[in-house]
Order: sequence, then C-alpha cells, then structure tokens
Amino acid sequence: MDLDFDVVDLGPADHPEEGDEAPDFTRPLVNHEYWGDVSLDEVVAREDDPTVLLFHPMDGAFPATYVWNEVRDRGWVEDATVVGLSISTPYAHERLLEERDLEGEVELFSDPGNGVAEAYGIAHDLDGMEGIEEPRPAVFVLDDDRTVEYAWVATEWPDLPDYDEVESAFR
Amino acid sequence: MSDSPITFYRLQACPFCERVTRRLQEYGLDYESRFVEPMHSERNVVKRISGKRSVPAIVDENTGVTMSESGNIVEYLDREYGEGSDGSRSSSERTSDGGERSRSEREETGGEA
Repeated sequence: MDLDFDVVDLGPADHPEEGDEAPDFTRPLVNHEYWGDVSLDEVVAREDDPTVLLFHPMDGAFPATYVWNEVRDRGWVEDATVVGLSISTPYAHERLLEERDLEGEVELFSDPGNGVAEAYGIAHDLDGMEGIEEPRPAVFVLDDDRTVEYAWVATEWPDLPDYDEVESAFR
Repeated sequence: MSDSPITFYRLQACPFCERVTRRLQEYGLDYESRFVEPMHSERNVVKRISGKRSVPAIVDENTGVTMSESGNIVEYLDREYGEGSDGSRSSSERTSDGGERSRSEREETGGEA
C-alpha cells in the first residue's frame, strides 16, 4: 500500500515456518448447518488435497469480508480444503458463511479465547478494545500430516495476504 | 468428524438438550455434539436425519436408532445403557428396524425446542 503515513508495525512473530509441524488444536468447527468440536488433524487428514488455514480479524470487520470474497472468487476450494479461524462465535461464523456465499464451501473454527493464536505465536492485542485479542492475519498451507508448506503472518496492521503467493503453494 | 457412535444434535442452552446431555454423561457414553441454529427453519440437517426439525435428536450407530424428543431419548438411553440393560450391541437387532422413530413421533409432546 502506498500511504503517506506509517501503518502500525507489529514486528516479527514467532510462528511455525515452512517444514515445521503446525500445532494441532480442537475447536468448534462451523459449517453451514451445524458446529461441533473438530481437530485440525482431522481436517488435514480428511482428503488428499492441501489444507489452507486462514486466520482473520473478527467477523464483521472489512478484512474478513475482503479475504473471504477473494477466496470465494478465486475458487480455492477446488484445489484445497479451506478453513478459517477468528475469535468470533459460531453464530457469527454462520452469518459470515451465509453473507459471503460460502455455504458448503469452507468451514470456520471459532476461538473466542484466542488460544490457537497463542499456540501459533500470532496473538495480537487490539488497541482500544480492552480485554480482546485476536490472531494476526495469517495463512498457513499444510500437507496432510500438518507440515507447513507455506506460511505468511502479517507484520503490519492492517495487512492482507498475497493471494497469488498463497495459491502458488497449493496449485 | 470424530468416530463417536452417538451423534447428538442440540441447541446451546436448551434445557431439553441438557437433559439428554446429563444422561449421556451419566452413562459415560461417547458422543459427538453438533450444535444447530436456534432458528427452526434453518435446521435442515436435523430434518434430514430425523424427519423433523426439533431438537434434541440423536443418532445411535450402536443400534441404528434415530430419535428426537428428550423424554423418549432419555427413556431409550435408560433402557439401552442404564442399569439392568443388556448392553448396547446385543439389542441392536431389536431396535434397528426404525420402530423407535415412529414411536417418538407419535408421542411427541409440545414445548420442545
């Protein structure tokens, strides 16, 4: 972005890198009909294709909208299992899937306690929202034993993933 | 999802569902919870498995039984897994004909979610 002011620098994050095993976790996974506890391990093992794990700001803010519109328009689900994660509740995730026309396409983990972001080293304290933290925007492409094949974590706020680059990791 | 033999369709904070939860836990049964939307019209997954949109509903792969309505479910769990029951697997032939489902529909009482 070419702005005449500095965006917020978040600094480096200590996150899983390419070749590392992504931490496993279990959280409610929301699809268009229901949610239930599912582990990341179960998700990556489900099919032969790679898994895209996408951390995004809470549902309702513009980054979540932009990211999911892009994922939908680029048809990532044709080549990958795509799951998202934010601190939003399962109810909000249901709305997001509906509003972004992603029903039956992607599923969203709900992690209001932000523990997954902690485990991934990408937690982000939000200025001006006391008591609330969320993951930094981040994308991990995983193979079927959770090995990281591609990792991107925002170092500025706000920031959005380089979609072409992510795509080249699984297409 | 997981390999639990019992799938339990429920609503958050629904007392009828919690009644079933307590029984499942009492008998130490392995179950997978699937939470559905509060909006009755959006519970298509429940309709698909049980024939109607009311919750709680369970699918028990041990016996082949699918049923809804908490009173019936609790009664079923008591009979199938409670004290004095003859165990889960041995009775599967008895209940796998879907008889439980028609019974639960017949006995449906008002008031459940």
